[in-house]
Amino acid sequence: MTTLAESASTTGHALEMRAITKIYRVADDEVVALDHVDLTVASDEIVALVGPSGSGKTTLCSIAGGLLSPTNGSVAVAGQEISGYSGRQLTEFRRASVGFVFQTVNLIPFLTARENLLVVDEIGPRLGRVARDRADQLLEELGLTDRASNLPAQLSGGQKQRVAIGRALMNDPSLVLFDEPTSALDSSLGDQVVRLIRDEMKARGTAAIIVTHDDRITHYADRTVNIEDGRIAE
Amino acid sequence: MTLALREMRRRPGRFAVATIILTLIAILLMFLGGLLDGLVASSTGAFRAQRADVLVYSGNSRNSLERSRIEPDVRHQVESVPGVTRVGGLGSVQLGGRVPGRGARDLVPTVLFGYELAPRGLPSTPPAAGMVYANDSLRAKNVEVGSTIRLGPARSAVTVVGFVSDTRYSGQGTLWGSLETWRQVLNANRPDARVRPGVVQALVVQGVSLGSAGLPERIDRATDGATKTLTITQAVNALPGVSQQRSVFNQIIGVTVVIAIVVVALFFALLTIERTALYGVLKAIGASSRTLFAGVVFQAVVVALIASLIGIVASLTLNALIPAGTIPFVATPARLLSSAAVLVVAAVVGCTFSLRRVLRVDPAAAIGGTP
Repeated sequence: MTTLAESASTTGHALEMRAITKIYRVADDEVVALDHVDLTVASDEIVALVGPSGSGKTTLCSIAGGLLSPTNGSVAVAGQEISGYSGRQLTEFRRASVGFVFQTVNLIPFLTARENLLVVDEIGPRLGRVARDRADQLLEELGLTDRASNLPAQLSGGQKQRVAIGRALMNDPSLVLFDEPTSALDSSLGDQVVRLIRDEMKARGTAAIIVTHDDRITHYADRTVNIEDGRIAE
Repeated sequence: MTLALREMRRRPGRFAVATIILTLIAILLMFLGGLLDGLVASSTGAFRAQRADVLVYSGNSRNSLERSRIEPDVRHQVESVPGVTRVGGLGSVQLGGRVPGRGARDLVPTVLFGYELAPRGLPSTPPAAGMVYANDSLRAKNVEVGSTIRLGPARSAVTVVGFVSDTRYSGQGTLWGSLETWRQVLNANRPDARVRPGVVQALVVQGVSLGSAGLPERIDRATDGATKTLTITQAVNALPGVSQQRSVFNQIIGVTVVIAIVVVALFFALLTIERTALYGVLKAIGASSRTLFAGVVFQAVVVALIASLIGIVASLTLNALIPAGTIPFVATPARLLSSAAVLVVAAVVGCTFSLRRVLRVDPAAAIGGTP
């Protein structure tokens, strides 16, 4: 019998979740956020995760990214079984293996665009010049070279989102998780950002899960997964 | 650390309030410490200047130089104690001095000391009868080399032949002459306290400890209780008011340090609350709680060091501006550096109150993953 990690490793899956259950305890009640969820994402696949508010999509995304541990079930990211990881191991895992782009962008306001990318290097074992070169390369690819020295307050919404994408790619992750990346952007800017996400992910062969309410995103995704009441809807 | 430093450089205003308050606390700490050191120094200089291991008082003196009298036979017993290498007599009398150039009723409080074993800064042979060295604090009272000071109601004349520093006693300027000068002045001005030739108030003793018994114990045993021997430190602490001054000032300094801890704790607790979302993002992308808390400590230490540096400059400036003989304030490197160290430790202790809050920041909150 093969383990989930071995399976993910041999099949080339970026993410393999099996029978994931997540139960929150709120006061004396139990809230089942995910109920026996199975999800597999191929190594260069872009999955749009859609569902109504409270359906469990953010919880699923958080478990896939090592922000939360499941109550039951197994999670493997790029062949790395993380469901039994301690808090410290999950921190190390997030630093090395996944990228996040948050709904509210959440750039560090007192750092320039370039420094926001380099912060990924500064919070872990320092790579120095290698990291600086990578940050410069990502900024160039994202069309931000001339904005490298600007603080977030000096950037437009789309530029901020591009910086956030650059930060998510700094550690060359196997999986990038996007939390409603277009919710704060207008229609045309949102479209640009989604195309950029698709191009960047496909160019790198990196898998992505995009949590969204936005129909435009589902058109750019390889697959759309619906989730309702904590269950994947077939 | 780089992140914490960049925040301080790019958003200095954010740390301005804490820096200003800690600077005021640093100045207060250093000022209080300098006052304590100045007060203690002005009370104890005459004893601290003694190049001796112990001071020998009479057994019934209650550790008071003024009450003590050592007779020649007792001195002989002390000189015979094994380990005692040198013995010198010491006497003192507190009198008002009339200084040339000051009004007849404008008396300068002074203490005349007679000595045999030269304290630090004085020649090994005491000056001739009627000649004295003056503590340099008396310069502020118009005393100069060659000034003749008339002491006490008898207006006993002593002439200043030089100056010596850091030998004040009971907050007063001191004059240092031979035992003969001291006896003459004492007997002329204090009929109630006259002493015979050979009698001194205390013995200044140099010696070595032999066996298990220390020098003080051996001396007091040899004189069969006719003496009470104290180390210089014990003698300093036995001076009236010294222990009380230290106790009161140290309590005030202690309260000030507690205030510094509270200020840092409150400031960094507020800052940590403000940064909850930022810490959530940083944790989500892989920053450990240790890294984040190290940044908080680093910022607290930098704030404390800046405050200390300003405090040190302010204290040194104050020290230079205060006219001699007015406020007993001394800014010593030891006091300034120890105050800075205390402030840094207080800052570290203060920001540890934010540790729990940093640990509790949930990275899942950055992505809205908890209900």
